[in-house]
Amino acid sequence: MADPFEPKMTAFVCNWCTYAGADLTGTSRIKYQSNVRVIRLPCTGRIDFMMVMKAFSRGSDGVIISGCHPNDCHYTSGNYHARRRWMVFRDLMDFMGIDLRRVTFSWVSAAEGAKWAELVNDATNTVRALGPYTEVQQLAAVGIE
Amino acid sequence: MEALKSKAQELLAAGTVKVVIGYGKGTGENRRPIFVRTAERVADLVVDTACTQNLATYLTKAEIRTLGRMAIVAVPSTLRSILQLAAEKQLREENILALAIIDGAVRELATFDAIEEAVATVPDAMGEADQKMIDKLTAMSVSERRAFWAGELGRCVKCYACRSSCPMCYCERCTMDCNRPQWIPVASHALGNLEYHMVRAMHLAGRCVQCGTCGTACPVGIPVHLLTFFAEQTVRRQFGQKGGASAKLDYAMSTFKPDDKETFIR
Repeated sequence: MADPFEPKMTAFVCNWCTYAGADLTGTSRIKYQSNVRVIRLPCTGRIDFMMVMKAFSRGSDGVIISGCHPNDCHYTSGNYHARRRWMVFRDLMDFMGIDLRRVTFSWVSAAEGAKWAELVNDATNTVRALGPYTEVQQLAAVGIE
Repeated sequence: MEALKSKAQELLAAGTVKVVIGYGKGTGENRRPIFVRTAERVADLVVDTACTQNLATYLTKAEIRTLGRMAIVAVPSTLRSILQLAAEKQLREENILALAIIDGAVRELATFDAIEEAVATVPDAMGEADQKMIDKLTAMSVSERRAFWAGELGRCVKCYACRSSCPMCYCERCTMDCNRPQWIPVASHALGNLEYHMVRAMHLAGRCVQCGTCGTACPVGIPVHLLTFFAEQTVRRQFGQKGGASAKLDYAMSTFKPDDKETFIR
């Protein structure tokens, strides 16, 4: 029997809140699904919108983007800028046919270890139910007409 | 149109402007941009309903700027482009004179304030057909939309005509041409095409004046303008500011309000 599908999840997180929050999840011995690959960036403001597309085209089935709550940014306003960009990019992804159920946005602070575990579990379960994201993963192999 | 020609003649003869950017006769019924530098060539200027291209593209080109003060034959979307370029500090007021064609009349607009006033009187909604198409697309399911764009963008040959024709794509070093690292695939395959058009739309969100010149420029007829129109619309809806409405606006995507309202962040 073939192995059941296990999604590859990519998480883009900021160094100061969510990465520390995920660290807390570990030190608190809270178990969560190991499908997620965490990529640490200095700030949510550094998360270029194309990183989401890059993650999908390199084989991710789902993407998690998380950083400091509004007002908590280490650099004062990085997450506000990021939020604006996501508000537009999320609409555009939807308009161009990217399945938004595979992209999860969240604020997780350094104190919210339990929220991180819950977030990862939720997102992973959703994507596991949706199956592999071959539509975008295989695009590079599709030629033009 | 005689009023425009005599105005252009007067400006060039007096040396008030060094070049008039306008429309001339192209192949068949098409109109093409011409750059009139002497009063004798003013007769080549054409103004009619076939003049739709947004000529503001040429205002940022170095080879035209070096000529000196520019006059430009401007349809309403060109005026909006001028304001947006001004807001982005790409134009100096003293270097530009707009010869605005509004409701068939020629108006000489020398200041950004005057352009702003003129623009405010012209409706800036996108064309009915484009609005219908966007409504139709947003009503589809996400997989139908994916199939639609896969079909359309599958014809893209990455000629970059959409980028070249756009007045707002003036960067001398475009991220598309960056190959170390290769951020956007150069090859014209489905992934490269999707990513290219996505980046183009994102970079125009909040700056697009909805002239539609990119869609007209596309040699294979992909409605690429719908992507930038949509991105512009979502900025207008969420942040309440329009690309090209004023020379004093901050770029919507590089500013923020602490109370920006979204519904999707957990």
